[in-house]
Amino acid sequence: MDKPLLEVRDVQKYFPIAGSLFGARRALVKAVDGISFTIDAGETLGLVGESGCGKTTTSKLVLAAETPTAGSIEFEGRNVAQLKGPDLKDYRRKVQVVFQDPYSSLSPRMRVGDIIGEPIKAHEGVSSADVRARVAELLELVGFRPDVARLFPHEFSGGQRQRLAIARALSTKARLVVLDEPVSALDVSIRAHIISLLESIQARLGVSYLFIAHDLAAVAHLSRRTAVMYLGKLVEVAESLELCARPLHPYTKALYAASLPSHPDEAREEIVLSGEVPSAIDPPRGCHFHPRCPFAMPRCSEQEPALVELSAGHRVACHLY
Amino acid sequence: MAALLRVEDLRTYYVGFRGTRVVKAVDGVSFSVEAGETFGLVGESGCGKTTTCHAIVRLLAPSARIVSGRIELEGEDLVTKSQGEMRRIRGRRIATILQDPMASLDPLFSIYDQVAEPAYYHQGLRGRALRGRVRQLLDAVRIPSPELRMKDYPHQMSGGMRQRIVGAISQAGGPRIIIADEPTTNLDVTIQLQYLTLLKDLQRATGVALIFVTHNLGIVAKMCDRVAVMYAGKIVELQSVRGLFYRPRHPYTRALLDSIPKLGVRQPLCGIPGQPPDLADLPLGCSFHPRCARAIDRCLSEEPKPVALNGEGSVRCWLPIGDAAASG
Repeated sequence: MDKPLLEVRDVQKYFPIAGSLFGARRALVKAVDGISFTIDAGETLGLVGESGCGKTTTSKLVLAAETPTAGSIEFEGRNVAQLKGPDLKDYRRKVQVVFQDPYSSLSPRMRVGDIIGEPIKAHEGVSSADVRARVAELLELVGFRPDVARLFPHEFSGGQRQRLAIARALSTKARLVVLDEPVSALDVSIRAHIISLLESIQARLGVSYLFIAHDLAAVAHLSRRTAVMYLGKLVEVAESLELCARPLHPYTKALYAASLPSHPDEAREEIVLSGEVPSAIDPPRGCHFHPRCPFAMPRCSEQEPALVELSAGHRVACHLY
Repeated sequence: MAALLRVEDLRTYYVGFRGTRVVKAVDGVSFSVEAGETFGLVGESGCGKTTTCHAIVRLLAPSARIVSGRIELEGEDLVTKSQGEMRRIRGRRIATILQDPMASLDPLFSIYDQVAEPAYYHQGLRGRALRGRVRQLLDAVRIPSPELRMKDYPHQMSGGMRQRIVGAISQAGGPRIIIADEPTTNLDVTIQLQYLTLLKDLQRATGVALIFVTHNLGIVAKMCDRVAVMYAGKIVELQSVRGLFYRPRHPYTRALLDSIPKLGVRQPLCGIPGQPPDLADLPLGCSFHPRCARAIDRCLSEEPKPVALNGEGSVRCWLPIGDAAASG
């Protein structure tokens, strides 16, 4: 088997928060606290979790917008933290992003052709005629006629803008696209389009996705594997369908129980978690989830569970197993 | 039994500069809500669901006007009431929960002040009785140690807690009906479940009716007894929840149901082609026809009227799903 496209190993990201004026006793926000995962070429990994669990920090680390406090991120076998100059620029060409809100991620003062063409110019230095041809191709890929290139973003609806953002992310022949909640801001009837579009693009171009979302059904639909994150740690990683059918970690179970039914008579195991996600500044000792866990044992507050592989491809961090 | 709230042929338009642009946000909406039931109002953004709610409590933006129709609360028409009279109705008989709890709580007043206000004005409680009522309301929405927390300010609370406080405020005047406009959109999934469970419990305890405005059909499936689906300012289908999920009659409802990914099932998703229409420039005939796979010639020219379904409810379509004989 080839090496995975992206390999994240024991990555931590701590943010210091200003303590007193003289810097004594600075507290740390442990946004990402030792996570490991891999993404193969042409594969989609789903990353789910509630707000504040470190999903977005993880995406920034992958995008090399933040450097990890510890651990390593390897892309095509090379450590991203050590990339410099042209190599780093090439990494940024190959790893692109689509953000949640298409209203703030496209510049209102640029024409669509320039928005999509700018990364091509910046990275490849090709002639403007070539850029125009590539832009036309990309627009067709996401279902527009090429002549929309002269329009401005305000002439498009939310779903259309998100398609433009996808075209921009693909403009530099990216190998990995980080999708940070790409459908959360869209209407239900439009979401399905964007998800289907992302699927067909992946089938055509073989690009990999890191799909970050809180909509479990959408994640399970688009990703082959899903990773569940809680307070900076991965608590469970498994094949998406396996995870839906047999969630093992109590937090994953609660997440699935909390996802809404698709029809009125759907029976759901009711697990209503008490309390809210604790602060990442001072996370609970032992298993981070134990204060809210309905199955917590004395051991859970003392010893932190490791992420162990229970069956092929199904890893879980819980003392119950 | 007479309905608690009856909305009849309500039309609310936004009129732009010098009447050049008329946005028909609510265009002939009729429905009724019985005491103690949960009524869902579903639709995509811009379909007029929020304007409908604002019209009911008469809190419309200055550019919006109720053009015609009746809103009857326990037999009284709210459309003809003055704002002074409405002030004695809002909070006491109809309460609202809005989407963004940070914007609906005043950052300069303590939780106690904000929860106590409706009970002070509408129930005339004072002193110890008022304090007891606030504690009881905070207890009911499961705020831990209410005696201490009632001295706090909104910024000291998390998003889920703030939304629960808004829930407590809506209960404080002892209303018969609560309009909840996308109350869980800003909450995380596990917090959302907590909140929905809480609303159900409150409803069971007080017998209050709920109008649940949402774009999320999952919430409808979990919470509602009857549902109205809105599209371009009109109710296109009104049915019991089970009827809607098992036997949708309007092509738009069917398409909405098909566009949601189902957990653990990997079947192709069918989105709805095209965009929701511009409410200032609606297509002729049925507003949905440009996006409808079943459209016939008649849909392009004539607007369908609501047709009663044999069980209960109605559908606005020339060719509803499941009765081919009804075509014209």
